Amino acid sequence: MAFLEVKDLKVYYPIRGGFFKRVIDYVKAVDGINIRLEQGETYGLVGESGCGKSTTGRALLKLTKTTSGQVLFNGTDLTSVSAHKMHELRKDIQMIFQDPYSSLNPKKRIVDIIAEPLRNYEHLSRKEENKVAREYMERVGLSSDSIYKYPHEFSGGQRQRIGIARALTLNPKLIVADEPVSALDVSVQAQVLNFMQDIQKEFNLTYLFISHDLGVIRHMCDRIGIMYQGRLVEEGLSRDIYENPQHIYTKRLISAIPNIDPAHREKQSAIRHQINDEYNKSYKNYFDNDGKAYQLKAISPTHFVALP
Amino acid sequence: MDRFQLLKLENLNTSFKIMNSYYPAVDNITMDVFPNEVLAIVGESGCGKSALALSIMGLHNKERSLIKGHIYFQGTDLLSLSVSQLNKIRGKDIGMIFQDPLTALNPLMRVGQQIEESMNYHTSFSKKEKREKTLHLLEQVGIPDPRLTYNQFPHELSGGMRQRVVIAIAIACEPALVIADEPTTALDVTIQAQIMELLKTLQKKSNTGIILITHDLGVVSEMADRVAVMYAGQIVELSAVEQLFNNPLHPYTRSLLNSIPSSSSDDDRLHVIQGIVPSLQNIPRSGCRFSPRIPWIDASHHEDHPVMHEVESNHWVRCSCYKHFYFPNEKVGEK
Ligand SMILES: Nc1ncnc2c1ncn2[C@@H]1O[C@H](COP(=O)(O)OP(=O)(O)OP(=O)(O)O)[C@@H](O)[C@H]1O
Ligand SMILES: Nc1ncnc2c1ncn2[C@@H]1O[C@H](COP(=O)(O)OP(=O)(O)OP(=O)(O)O)[C@@H](O)[C@H]1O
Ligand code: SF4
Ligand SMILES: [Mg+2]
Ligand SMILES: [Mg+2]
Repeated sequence: MAFLEVKDLKVYYPIRGGFFKRVIDYVKAVDGINIRLEQGETYGLVGESGCGKSTTGRALLKLTKTTSGQVLFNGTDLTSVSAHKMHELRKDIQMIFQDPYSSLNPKKRIVDIIAEPLRNYEHLSRKEENKVAREYMERVGLSSDSIYKYPHEFSGGQRQRIGIARALTLNPKLIVADEPVSALDVSVQAQVLNFMQDIQKEFNLTYLFISHDLGVIRHMCDRIGIMYQGRLVEEGLSRDIYENPQHIYTKRLISAIPNIDPAHREKQSAIRHQINDEYNKSYKNYFDNDGKAYQLKAISPTHFVALP
Repeated sequence: MDRFQLLKLENLNTSFKIMNSYYPAVDNITMDVFPNEVLAIVGESGCGKSALALSIMGLHNKERSLIKGHIYFQGTDLLSLSVSQLNKIRGKDIGMIFQDPLTALNPLMRVGQQIEESMNYHTSFSKKEKREKTLHLLEQVGIPDPRLTYNQFPHELSGGMRQRVVIAIAIACEPALVIADEPTTALDVTIQAQIMELLKTLQKKSNTGIILITHDLGVVSEMADRVAVMYAGQIVELSAVEQLFNNPLHPYTRSLLNSIPSSSSDDDRLHVIQGIVPSLQNIPRSGCRFSPRIPWIDASHHEDHPVMHEVESNHWVRCSCYKHFYFPNEKVGEK
């Protein structure tokens, strides 16, 4: 039994229009996705803006209604469990959001922010809450004396750690991290990424790591899924994706990554041109008549590509 | 250097009023931009990059800011001009690409009209000429169907297309200088690659000088001819792009480079720069501004008044501490 198995997940958002605000069409934000996660691994979900990454993450936590498909968490299908059971399971799956500046309530003190998720599950005294808040502040490397401060008194990286501390209090097993460092400077980003790796070891966490930054994904993830228009077009180990991309969309994405060595400028630009030409010429071969990506097919034990 | 300078900043100092005092966000910056070159400015959030750009454009609120020094553009000090004289230059000879394309566009005005409006001020084109020029510009910035987009509103366009419209406006009057403040930060990598290419093409075609503000060192490496690294209102290192990446010297530059997840060091831990960029009131105004963030370096190595030194041809570094700097996980004297 897989730790997490997403089976043919679809999330369609209705588009309403006309006089009666009837549903006139659907945005197929997620259109048939399959993902398997083993405990302790980091799976990267990457793709361009609007391809359905956040929708996938939110659907796992039932923050968005799924249209069809299954999300099996340790064998239990989250899409069909009772509200009562889901309340219990939600402890195990937590989400970290993109923006550390707006995801913490500015009017609340840190102690209340950190203890809040716990309140849904346990009745703790003030004193016990303070103790938990102190403990988790220390675990995320912040001073336990600062639990009475407000979010604005912390830097971006510190706020992101507070958001993580809050997610950790319930002892989750799976963390969906939706662009956790996209709003941060490189230096702060480094701090948060290192920290996420540390707590992963400490708590044996499993990450679904969503990002559009291919450098960050490469640094963090064991396996990577490339998403395009609601579907996966390629999946594989980091080296499969970065050193041996097969789908034309993946190739285009990888070639667009800015090269950090100025000496490779010309070469990089030439590669990009060549891949863009290939993309324009062969785009059709990679998608079916409706413009939809094909099912993933194994080209090696670890590497899957959406080919006809 | 005897090439003709397009822009010459001399001891530029931009201060903001906070409570009743003024605090410099741009602190005594001297630098040049030449025609046909891309000068990148990099640094963490809050280092003063936008404050510098907006000073050149004369866009700071006069009541709440104080600008001193000189901004020579094609020989004329912009700080000595009246608003109406400045308006003749802004938008025509200097174009600005703002960080957030949506706020830079008028949501209620069609794209074509907005681009034409930017020409009204500076040209005497007829209606028909303006329309033709606009369609041509849209095509130049890579909009697939210029006639369609001409009549669209900003919200009907994707982020990448909006950013191209902002670029079209910035270059409508073929400016000699373009200031691009994080032009690709909000965009996907594939669109970013297209925009980088577009800016390069424009630069070659009309000999434009470009100030490129970004915190993405990958973009710098692909675009820039020279790089200025900015920290707490000052330039701490200034050099040709190859030198900066192959032989970075200032502790801040090295720290920045070490904190990017790069493909070559998959499993390494990233370097974390301790502490944070100080807010304006908290910038140490004497001694080294960066020293609080490298506390393991022996204080005796820091200078009291760190100044820029030319350590190799056209490679400037503030102060001399780089000779002693090492990362905590390095052996002393490795550099
Ligand atoms: N609540 C909603 N109602 C209708 N459409 C939505 C909703 N949320 C998302 N969408 C649409 O679904 C698609 C996928 O959106 P999603 O937010 O999952 O993308 P994403 O990959 O996370 O993008 P980004 O990188 O920009 O965050 C987009 O076309 C988006 O406009
Ligand atoms: N109008 C203003 N009034 C007061 N302080 C300001 C003003 N504009 C900027 N500052 C301050 O000046 C410093 C430099 O800000 P600036 O916007 O130039 O940073 P930046 O380098 O562009 O950062 P980012 O990468 O986040 O855009 C910051 O401390 C900022 O808070
Ligand atoms: S030696 Fe100079 S530049 Fe370096 S950290 Fe010290 S004062 Fe700063
Ligand atoms: Mg998203
Ligand atoms: Mg800025």
